[in-house]
Amino acid sequence: MKSLAKRKNSLANPKNQIALFNSGVFANGELPIFKQKVSESNQYPLKPNKLEIFQVNLGYMCNQVCAHCHVDAGPDRKEIMTTETMQLCLNKLKESGATTLDLTGGAPEMNPNFRWFVEEASKIGVKDFIVRSNLTILRANKKYYDLPEFFKKHNIHVVSSLPFYKKGKTDKQRGDGVFDASIEALKELNKVGYGITGTGLKLDLVFNPSGAFLPGNQSELEQEFKKALKEDFNISFNHLFAITNLPISRFLEFLVASENYEDYMDELVDAYNPEAVKNVMCKNTISIDWNGNLYDCDFNQQLNLKVATQGTHLSEFDLDALQKRDIVVSQHCYGCTAGAGSSCQGTISD
Amino acid sequence: MQKTYYDPKDLKDFGKISEWDQELGEKFFEYYGKVFEEGALTAREKSLIALAVSHTVQCAYCIDAYTSDGLKRGLEREEMMEAVHVAAAIKSGATLVHGVQMMKKYDKLSM
Repeated sequence: MKSLAKRKNSLANPKNQIALFNSGVFANGELPIFKQKVSESNQYPLKPNKLEIFQVNLGYMCNQVCAHCHVDAGPDRKEIMTTETMQLCLNKLKESGATTLDLTGGAPEMNPNFRWFVEEASKIGVKDFIVRSNLTILRANKKYYDLPEFFKKHNIHVVSSLPFYKKGKTDKQRGDGVFDASIEALKELNKVGYGITGTGLKLDLVFNPSGAFLPGNQSELEQEFKKALKEDFNISFNHLFAITNLPISRFLEFLVASENYEDYMDELVDAYNPEAVKNVMCKNTISIDWNGNLYDCDFNQQLNLKVATQGTHLSEFDLDALQKRDIVVSQHCYGCTAGAGSSCQGTISD
Repeated sequence: MQKTYYDPKDLKDFGKISEWDQELGEKFFEYYGKVFEEGALTAREKSLIALAVSHTVQCAYCIDAYTSDGLKRGLEREEMMEAVHVAAAIKSGATLVHGVQMMKKYDKLSM
């Protein structure tokens, strides 16, 4: 499988995805647009709370090509953040007072300057790191084998995708061999103390559904994952985050091709939870792309919906303007407000 | 009037049955919700039972609902198909076991 970009699929162009959101069931009034739904609970426009998290996308290159990937990442994507942009991130992070540096991709570890970035961030006092690791990268090449030790050295919170605790569903979504490599990587992380009670080294897993349906109850799934991974592989982890697949990029391609798009959007709208809107991740996060552009979240980044402020690049970073901005929304946002809600930290309401 | 007996969208309107009899409707949904809570059986096990029963009563709405429910709970297709076979075995067994009655009656009436 190749990325949408490589295949020159029309959905590789964010404008075509937005056009889809503004047509069909949302244009003929069968389903309400997100803005309208949020207005009904007097929460429009969405405004940010205090900025806490810099979520930095270090590039779209990845060793995997997952069927549901909202980034359209893969080995054929060459967009990679430079050290100059990383330095700019650190300058603005310090200036902003944000406390968490959340690193994502692609596979963020594949950026050749990943370690430099973490080390420089440590030097300026960043203590709260998150790395969103696909796990398999830790075993993809010898040069990555010592990453668990590196993560430990900087007390990085590791958040890893594992769609299921069995091989079949995992490999179907993420590619052949991904499950076995993921298990191997989890064992390596456990070995240095990640996910082990008392070490303080946090290892969380991310579950996202393998198809056109919403995730089930997060705590029930967590119990099942814990039991199965312990019994079958003696693997421990801290928490499981149940994340809804947002209808963008390759997951949108799947929805359209399988004729599930309208039903899935209907399900998301039907599960709209105004309580979840209060804690959506765009409230305390700013997303930065490999080129230094600013977005309300990583999903808006992939749709090229930049922040609604005069300056939309790190070089024009204006904390005051960002705190006053209206968060940019479209129909994909229903993915974060369905049911118990969804964010990079899992469900967001009881 | 719709041209088919079943419309998947009707499932979403199930709650509307309370509009014509609020008391009984609400009692039913309260009971229904309670039944599916975690108890001596897990919610996951109950979902599988519901899926199997959905097939025996051949309720298209229920099959729709409990296939989706099973997916959300991480049920695997092997588990779901085994549950359907359990239902099918009981249903066919229930037909066949009446064969004993037929045999007895046949023998009693025959010379």
